[in-house]
Amino acid sequence: MTWFSIIVSGIVTYFSRMAMVALIDREMLGTKVKEVLNYVPAAVFPAIIFPGVFFNDFGFLVEITDPKIYGAIVALVVGFYSRSVIATIVSGLLSYWFIIFFLLR
Amino acid sequence: MLSKSKIFFKGIVAVLPHMLSVIPFGIITGAIGVELGFDPILVYATSLIIFGGASQIIFMQLLSGGASSLVAITSVGVINSRHLLYGAVLSEYLEKLSFIKKLIISYFIVDQGFAESNKYLRQNKNLSNPHYYVLGTGVTLWFCWQLSTISGIILGSFIPEELGLKFAIPLTFLAIIVNDLRKLDHVFVMLVSGFASLILFNAPFKSYIILSPIVALIAAFIMLRFKK
Repeated sequence: MTWFSIIVSGIVTYFSRMAMVALIDREMLGTKVKEVLNYVPAAVFPAIIFPGVFFNDFGFLVEITDPKIYGAIVALVVGFYSRSVIATIVSGLLSYWFIIFFLLR
Repeated sequence: MLSKSKIFFKGIVAVLPHMLSVIPFGIITGAIGVELGFDPILVYATSLIIFGGASQIIFMQLLSGGASSLVAITSVGVINSRHLLYGAVLSEYLEKLSFIKKLIISYFIVDQGFAESNKYLRQNKNLSNPHYYVLGTGVTLWFCWQLSTISGIILGSFIPEELGLKFAIPLTFLAIIVNDLRKLDHVFVMLVSGFASLILFNAPFKSYIILSPIVALIAAFIMLRFKK
């Protein structure tokens, strides 16, 4: 079943790359649609970020003191000023580890 | 007149700075796949068959969390709908290719490669073989992606669970959109998506992952109307 899902996902992904190049006339995508497609990353990724920070493994909202929240805030600030992908991820993980391994022990 | 190999090489050079983010992202993708309990072969298969970091992580996260295949596949589709835009923009430069070549080059269209190709080709409209540039970026990213996810899969089996590597998932996606935080319209769409996902999180079949982006895109559409 997992294999099946991977293959179908692969076909879907490939189709999204290929459709406008090989099948559909690019004029078919109106300016409106293009403008909205610009926002796809902004519309998709927060739906992964927010639950990943604010929910625990059991599907409950975490407390305001949860280390994940502080890790995310550090990553957000560092990312905003550094504009670096690595700095964002590393600062978030390090501050998270610092809290769970040093402050909470 | 630039030769084909020169154009290809220019494409390679253009994406090299992106390796600073692509390689760690690939390592995280591989490591998280193993951490989520997937067979290493399956994790690698996603790199080869899906070949898209964000969709691979979300796909594996959803399946391991008990989502149905349908939800996992649909969310991959939603995430990758942005490729339609890339294709529409690049098709101007790929028009003269044969159908088969179009089919092959499409597999290599990825975010960073698109960004660089778009930048370069817009400034060099009269290039005779623009597709070699696209191919140079895409093939380079492809190789690095395959190698870095494989390294991640190997590393992942050594990373202890106490480290809570799963937290790297939201951080990675935060890193992807961090450059858009300076644009208020994008921030607005992000907040709509984020709060929608919190409200819809317990909706059946993990459908929040599809519904929240749709809500946010509708918000974007309405916002665009008011902007004019």
